[in-house]
Amino acid sequence: MSLFNIFTVAGSAMTAQNQRLNVVASNLANADSAVSSNGQPYKAKQVIFASTQPESGIDASGAANGTNGVRVASVIEDQSPMKMVYEPSHPMANKEGFLTMPNVNVVEEMVDMISASRSYQNNVDMMNTAKTLLLKTLTIGQ
Amino acid sequence: MIDKLDSTFRFYQDAANLRAHRQQLIASNIANADTPKYKARDINFSTALQGALTGSGVVTLATSMPNHIAPPASATPAAPLLYRTAVQGSVDGNTVDMDVERSQFADNAIHYEANLTFISNQIRMMLAAIQG
Repeated sequence: MSLFNIFTVAGSAMTAQNQRLNVVASNLANADSAVSSNGQPYKAKQVIFASTQPESGIDASGAANGTNGVRVASVIEDQSPMKMVYEPSHPMANKEGFLTMPNVNVVEEMVDMISASRSYQNNVDMMNTAKTLLLKTLTIGQ
Repeated sequence: MIDKLDSTFRFYQDAANLRAHRQQLIASNIANADTPKYKARDINFSTALQGALTGSGVVTLATSMPNHIAPPASATPAAPLLYRTAVQGSVDGNTVDMDVERSQFADNAIHYEANLTFISNQIRMMLAAIQG
């Protein structure tokens, strides 16, 4: 029953979007962390999505039937330059009095957050539709 | 009689199977809306249904000897998967257009539901004919 595959596909997308939202939360929370857990200034993180073929994406003959889920392939560190702030009184400031601050772009993160939440909503809607269709299928012949 | 019943329901069964398959394809397009380099896929429903009804879409093994046993035809014939033409390209190579996908998803869901209603009505009609 291929309608059931929609739950697998939408579920994988929801997990991936959830992780993206989690990374956004971490970036926003650490936007001002001069020191992170490894002693260095915090670096913004980004998730990389990749499409996967779940077991349901392979039909009985072993051929791909075009169903693709989503997974988070990796979480990478943003390589953009760190923000330098002039703050000579700070204990972490360098000789010239500059403090290295995280390269988190708050505006970008907010946009990412809205995009992730909209995608999540889309997937929830999709699941609801699939559920309605399946329930309707069960009423055949009644 | 049973043969007639079968042929009556076969059309709706094929149509429902294809609708469900298409629903699943559009679902994976929407799921991959943020995946870089993902290309949106879809099937041409009318061509696929035509293929399912005539059996032309079914790929079978070649039988070169009379003793060879023909493999059983698969229940749902393979509909050719097509790529959607992107109206506006995106920087990451993704061709999922959410407006198109959402409208096609809703459209396909309504068609599927309509198909189920037709099946139910057909069954009711057959029952009426049997019971008199």
